[in-house]
Amino acid sequence: MSGFGNAFSSSIGKKFIMGATGIFLILFLIVHCGINALIFLDDNGLTFNIGAHFMATNWIIRAGEVVLMLGLLVHIFQALRLTIENRKARPVKYAVNDGKANSKWYSRSMGLLGTLLLIFLVVHLKDFWVVSRFTGIPTVDANGHEDLYAVMKDKFQDPVRVGVYILAMISLCYHLLHGFASAFQTMGWNHSKYNGIIKGAGVWYSIIISIVFAAMPIAIHFGFIK
Amino acid sequence: MSTGNMNLTLKVWRQKNNKTAGALVDYKLAEISPDMSFLEMFDVLNEQLINKGEEPVVFDHDCREGICGMCSMFINGRPHGPKDLVTTCQLHMRSFKDGDTIVVEPWRAAAFPVVKDLTVDRSAFDRVIAAGGFISVNTGNAQDANNLPIPKMQADAAFEAAACIGCGACVATCKNASAMLFVSAKISQLALLPQGQPERYRRVQSMVAQMDAEGFGNCTNTGACEAECPKGISLENIARMNRDFASAKFISEETV
Repeated sequence: MSGFGNAFSSSIGKKFIMGATGIFLILFLIVHCGINALIFLDDNGLTFNIGAHFMATNWIIRAGEVVLMLGLLVHIFQALRLTIENRKARPVKYAVNDGKANSKWYSRSMGLLGTLLLIFLVVHLKDFWVVSRFTGIPTVDANGHEDLYAVMKDKFQDPVRVGVYILAMISLCYHLLHGFASAFQTMGWNHSKYNGIIKGAGVWYSIIISIVFAAMPIAIHFGFIK
Repeated sequence: MSTGNMNLTLKVWRQKNNKTAGALVDYKLAEISPDMSFLEMFDVLNEQLINKGEEPVVFDHDCREGICGMCSMFINGRPHGPKDLVTTCQLHMRSFKDGDTIVVEPWRAAAFPVVKDLTVDRSAFDRVIAAGGFISVNTGNAQDANNLPIPKMQADAAFEAAACIGCGACVATCKNASAMLFVSAKISQLALLPQGQPERYRRVQSMVAQMDAEGFGNCTNTGACEAECPKGISLENIARMNRDFASAKFISEETV
């Protein structure tokens, strides 16, 4: 990429990669959350299983899944690289540093929140993705689709798992509270007429996505939905 | 020096030079006037140290009017102390309470090595400016300024960016020791004006490359720099720099 020089290796280029993959993951979460929210139709997961079946069989979606995994890995490794570089940029720490006076704790803790999310993702992918794509869903529903909803109902009987999912969604909420607006700032999409909309949309997006996701294990565990 | 009624405990970073390790040293100060500036309080401390035959604390200062950008103390965990929009020289002891313990450290960043005590070497900023923070002007008579119409909003935004005094508080407070607020202000003050246009995309690439070469960290948009900047430089400058950088790399056909 001779003409592009250090477009992606410079400090701003590395930020572009974080921001772009972040926006991609933000868009993915809308799809993921939307399809999963079909369980709240309370039809014993029939509609949800149709969605899950489509996502598992459509080749465009499957190709997108590969891109998603790559995007996630790039986001993680770029974050790791940036964190290591940023630590090196301040070899001697302050004895007293009043971070709360000038910034939000979650903005300063994106690495910690991201690590918690990564640990959760390992559990989460093992719970559902591995079952649906590799080991196979044991039962079928009334429509003859693989009954992923039954797997959900089974997994969320475990209160520890429900607790882990809720904690992860709290981490997700704070990660997004910083990440959403931050991605726009990084891409240079800053405009006095739209800044308020971006900030507001970021807050609403983070809260709604996290609450809808967290509501799933809670609703199933306590039997609010069949 | 006028006397007052404040008794303070200072914990000051003492470091002989860049090669040796430093440590916080405790000093007791009595009868400090609340009307003194923070630097005048350090002058009192240094007079006492000199009278005792000890090495005075070395710290940067020059105009003591809040406009030169020399003073640079990290006070109780914040650059330029607890007040917003002031430099250390414009911070007064009335912002503290009698009996307070005040911790004073130098700017800490790999790109700002300690020279001695509270003085750090900020010439990394000079090299970033030298890399492109200027406009090239042919010699000859200056043309009439009114020949270059500039919208008021643009002129104001450029002026606000130009208010940066290059003190380095943004780097000091950033958890990543990133210099993006400084560099973006120096890019913006020229990118917003017609005189800055011919070299606009060359400038952003050169200055960002020099910033990276100096070993500053990468911005993670915590906003600490904007909150601590004594001149109120806005984060929108960083967004503008990112935009210009993207234009330079992906749209402009000129290569640097």
